[in-house]
Amino acid sequence: MRGHTTIATVAAVAVGALTLGACGAHNDGATSTTIDVYAAASLSEVFTSLARQYEAAHPGVDVRLTFAGSSELAAQINEGAPADVFASANEAQMDAVSSHIDGAAELFASNTLTIAVPTGNPGGVTDFASLANPNLEVVVCAPTVPCGAATLEIEQSLGVTLSPVSELTNVTDVLGSVASGEADAGLVYLTDIGRAPGVEGIPFVGSDAAITRYPIAVMTTGDAQDAARGFVDYVLGSEGQSAMAAAGFAAPDATAGK
Amino acid sequence: MGRLPRWLTVIAVVAAAFAVLPLLGLASRANWAQLPSQLASPSSLTALGLSLRTAAAATALCVIFGVPLGFALASLKGVSRAVLRAILLAPLVLPPVVSGLGLLYAFGRKGLLGGTLDAAGIPVAFTTAAVVLAQAFVAMPFMVVSVEAALAARDGRLEAIAATLGAGRSRILRVITLPGIGVAAAMGAVLAFARSLGEFGATLTFAGSLEGVTRTAPLQIYLARESDPQAAVALGLVLVALAILIVAAAARPGRRVIP
Repeated sequence: MRGHTTIATVAAVAVGALTLGACGAHNDGATSTTIDVYAAASLSEVFTSLARQYEAAHPGVDVRLTFAGSSELAAQINEGAPADVFASANEAQMDAVSSHIDGAAELFASNTLTIAVPTGNPGGVTDFASLANPNLEVVVCAPTVPCGAATLEIEQSLGVTLSPVSELTNVTDVLGSVASGEADAGLVYLTDIGRAPGVEGIPFVGSDAAITRYPIAVMTTGDAQDAARGFVDYVLGSEGQSAMAAAGFAAPDATAGK
Repeated sequence: MGRLPRWLTVIAVVAAAFAVLPLLGLASRANWAQLPSQLASPSSLTALGLSLRTAAAATALCVIFGVPLGFALASLKGVSRAVLRAILLAPLVLPPVVSGLGLLYAFGRKGLLGGTLDAAGIPVAFTTAAVVLAQAFVAMPFMVVSVEAALAARDGRLEAIAATLGAGRSRILRVITLPGIGVAAAMGAVLAFARSLGEFGATLTFAGSLEGVTRTAPLQIYLARESDPQAAVALGLVLVALAILIVAAAARPGRRVIP
């Protein structure tokens, strides 16, 4: 019965693959611990290097990073994603997962929005008000995600209403639209300038109307809380803070006074 | 059913459960009492309306261009047909974001054709037209393959007889060939419509996401699932119901769908 053999083989391979997958998802025995860190898209570069530094200083600890929009990560955590650490790009999204926080969330950085344009500024953008020019293709984050909420705050504060051609779900997509030249301008974080080639930043007066504060917390959804605590302390400590500063982030209490 | 070996039935039941369980999962999260009010939100209605309009336009494109393309493909022979078919069917298996990037690099402002179109005052990226193009790109294979398969399976004798009786090529096509493949072509169009309704990745990459312009129902679901999961589930259920209804109506029992 060739048919039986084939099906049995397929089933065996499938079961084997599932088993391997399940093993891979957990800690590889006592010798090493894996920390699952869920971090906002705007943190991708700095957290990648922070994690490598941390691993070098702590043999046996493996930091696994997941980057996406903060709201998306919060939604995943609320649906049971195995996060040990959550670093959000605003406090609202940390509040959204408040029932999963072990201890308390702590602020570790702040950021402000800036205008991103393709190199050479083909659209001739000068300040925030010039983004309202209907001939410009402007891309922003959707108001439901942190960078979009900050954009809306600045619009209201400056009394300028933008007519974006697209509202995206995370700042990386906005940056990508500008970098590819599809959009004439986009609103991204100050620290995003330099993440993508072909993008330059244009600081504008009034950007401090919306300071984005980044909280970090250990999550009860993961299975490595103790190790996770160590990583959070590292980010909050002097090494972490100098790495954040080098990446262009401001201190968490900077320009407080919203 | 009774004649199937038992082990095969068991596997089939497991497979069927795999298809049905996620739909039950969606239904289990719905707040049925509030479903109507969640669907009646302006954002959901706008997205659904945009989806239906763009999917209809994309389906029209698929019919206008996909049927002749299916004929052309069926008229080829051997390796050239196999190669061309593989290329034309590629959108079925491409990652949607790759389809979106391809469209962007073809029709975007810096794309192969896009720069010319933009200069001519026909911007494509970030417009509703971009949504239609994205949907047509991923849905076209359904139309092409339906027509090609129907043509390959048909009996060519009627056409041959008509030709000996002096009918012209266009007349033979209109009177004999097209009616002969009509059911298969209709099924292709229905699948193209259903696929267009579900299009997500290529749209987001190529057209962006703006309410009333490019934010179709799948994009609205993607956005809402972070801030308002209940609304996302409600709109998702509507898409599921639509998809099942559309395909069921096209393939109702007793109707010959597969030629």
